[in-house]
Amino acid sequence: MSKVINLKRGLNIRLKGEAGKVLETSFEAVRLALKPTDFPGLSPKILVKAGQKVKAGEPLFFDKKNPEILFTSPASGEVLAINRGERRKVLEIVIQTDGINNSVEFTKADPQKLTRTEIKEQLKKSGLWSFLKQRPYGTVAKPESTPLHIFISGFDSAPLAPDYEFILNGQVSSFQTGINALAKLTDGKIHVGISPNQANGFFSGIKNIVITQFSGPHPTGNVGIQIHHVSPISKGDLIWTISPQEVIYIGRLFETGKIDLTKIIALVGSEVKFPKYYRVTHGANLSGLLKDATKKEVTERFISGNVLTGSHIEYDDYLGFFDQQITVIPEGDYSEFLGWAMPRLNKYSISRSYFSWLTPKKEYKADANLNGEERAYVVTGQYDKVLPMDILPVFLVKAIIAEDIDKMEQLGIYDVIEEDMALCEYVCTSKTEVQSILRNGINLMIKELGN
Amino acid sequence: MKSLRKYLDKKKPLFKPGGKLAKFGSTFGAIETFLFTPNHTSKSGTHIHDAIDLKRTMTVVILAMVPALLFGSWNIGYQNGLAFGIERGLLENFMFGFLKILPIMIVSYGVGLGIEFIAAQIRGHEVNEGYLVTGILIPLILPINIPLWMVALAVAFAVIFGKEIFGGTGYNIMNVALIARAFLFFAYPSQMSGDAVWVYELPSKVPVDGFSGATPLAQLAQEAGSKLHSFYDMFMGFIPGSIGETSTLAVLIGAAILIFTGIGSWKIMLSTVLGALAIGFLCNILAVNEYMALPPYFHLVMGGFAFGTVFMATDPVTAAHTEKGKWIYGFMIGALAVLIRVFNPAYPEGMMLAILLMNVWSPLIDYFVVEGHIKRRLKKAKLKAND
Repeated sequence: MSKVINLKRGLNIRLKGEAGKVLETSFEAVRLALKPTDFPGLSPKILVKAGQKVKAGEPLFFDKKNPEILFTSPASGEVLAINRGERRKVLEIVIQTDGINNSVEFTKADPQKLTRTEIKEQLKKSGLWSFLKQRPYGTVAKPESTPLHIFISGFDSAPLAPDYEFILNGQVSSFQTGINALAKLTDGKIHVGISPNQANGFFSGIKNIVITQFSGPHPTGNVGIQIHHVSPISKGDLIWTISPQEVIYIGRLFETGKIDLTKIIALVGSEVKFPKYYRVTHGANLSGLLKDATKKEVTERFISGNVLTGSHIEYDDYLGFFDQQITVIPEGDYSEFLGWAMPRLNKYSISRSYFSWLTPKKEYKADANLNGEERAYVVTGQYDKVLPMDILPVFLVKAIIAEDIDKMEQLGIYDVIEEDMALCEYVCTSKTEVQSILRNGINLMIKELGN
Repeated sequence: MKSLRKYLDKKKPLFKPGGKLAKFGSTFGAIETFLFTPNHTSKSGTHIHDAIDLKRTMTVVILAMVPALLFGSWNIGYQNGLAFGIERGLLENFMFGFLKILPIMIVSYGVGLGIEFIAAQIRGHEVNEGYLVTGILIPLILPINIPLWMVALAVAFAVIFGKEIFGGTGYNIMNVALIARAFLFFAYPSQMSGDAVWVYELPSKVPVDGFSGATPLAQLAQEAGSKLHSFYDMFMGFIPGSIGETSTLAVLIGAAILIFTGIGSWKIMLSTVLGALAIGFLCNILAVNEYMALPPYFHLVMGGFAFGTVFMATDPVTAAHTEKGKWIYGFMIGALAVLIRVFNPAYPEGMMLAILLMNVWSPLIDYFVVEGHIKRRLKKAKLKAND
């Protein structure tokens, strides 16, 4: 029997447009892109030129600070363009796929028979290393380090998130191979957190893992929250994290010796006609997928990821590196006459100054309107209600703004990354940009104390 | 509404930096966002935001004060009638009082918002909503006979020295409305205390025989407890006192609104009551005079205790910010308020001073709560390391 942890604090925001359990497999993206900007703090060194032919698994760029970690092409084809933004910052490396998916040949072997060094080499060369994140800070794992444990969250509790039981279905053997490879990288355990209704689900058949069951509202599905309750991070501790579909990438690599980065994502949100699941390749261009999928009744906002942590993308953009859902919501760029005084029955709020508490089952159509203006902190105790951690969130945010490294450390900056405090930003009356403040704090920690 | 929106959009460029009227940019922004919620959308971080904002929060607080304001208006008429033997109906009493309060509110909002708008413009900030609540709090905690120029002076002092020099709403250390009251209390004590200031026209006209304009607190301080109003009268608010403070019932309706919407901290309200009861009970046991012998629950309905507990101690900016700290902060306010009342006859109203003192102390309370939190986290980490 697995351990059960009940968390009370948090919030499930009920939004319209959850994906139905239908999988669309016919979608094929003709263009893919890797975006170095998906990795905070990464400075890429480009290894390819426009026009060059590449195979799946061939390196496109590496991080100048960690030259060992290669970022490789998710499919075979031709480098179409290297798009740059202000100050020649690399925004994306675009690949035109050839549809054959010709991969570089890697070692095909049972990871249980390989050594830690051999597995590390294989992961680094194939580019799959870039999926391993480390805590503290949520940056790419350092190859020379050994983590205390590896954590995987077996469910996503974010608004309109995909159902992992559905997207992982039928991939037990690849997942098991991936776990066996990862198990070689740590002296500790591989921890998987599951939700109560997964007790007899996908993960119950997997060996070599320690399962903990988490119940409660979002953010219980966040791996950071799960780490905090199983093995909280102190100064000097190192934990690695990875998500299940990425474990399957690793599994496929060792099973076939080839790179196969297809995954299942959910297209969701109130503006999507038929929210459902799609099989896509990593970094796929989304224009084909989004072309006829949305209602086009209002100005739409496309988000790669969920409404709390995702990145704002354009219609003709690419799927983010770690993202497993595309959310489409109204932009909400309207003004409302005396809106602050109106009953606003269609608006959702955690506070009872609106009437959403009367309709506990109703699903809401949320838009990207700020619903107010940025202010100094006035209301207190709001953040604590949505962060199920032993942390005083407002004091941590203030320590970051004051750039007080000692206080940041004492108040728990090692425990959190942006996604963990995203709900704090959502509920904030003063509309404080909590996630961007937290990232600044993490960047400061890395600059002052090293990664 | 569309034509109004269009008109605003047309005029907007004038108020932008570089525009002809740029120096009224904050004023324009305040009026615009008052009329229409802004169309700003999320630029970074979460794409969706909760529907609550500071305007909505402040609106709820003002709504919660309406019962106290309505009752206060009626009570002005009622007390005046009692004093001079005039019979009036419910509505007449209300209108009589409301017309007396209106000028005080106009002066309070006019002066306070004026300073806020100027300060926001000097800083190049948006105008904050904080004064919307303060502007109505101040009239409610003043005696009805207060001269209007004193209101203006106190508001100006409180807003400038209590808030703007610290950086505006959200940065002040002490409750702005209470600073205004404390300023008047110490600068013009004769207009802020005594038996004559609480009933309209009392100082100038001669009351009917046997009428005393003394508040219950003053009666006790003067050791005239035998004349004390009944608990029922004090709970309902049929007594002389500051405009909005007399009716515990009206304040309780406000408390219900604040607690239900989650905008006022029930922890602070409850712990303040507990603090007062605890000290009131101790005094009662050790009683050597009439005031000490007062049943502890009488403190809850006398003077500004209820009003202060619900509307002033809970001001989130000046209260303790940690959840544990709120318990300590509230308890200390209740305890100090009763201590000051009972043992310092020079200050019949202990609530104002208790809250102001604890406002100053609340960062210290938070400091110890945060330090305790850090120590506990460290201990937990050490335990884990030794596993």
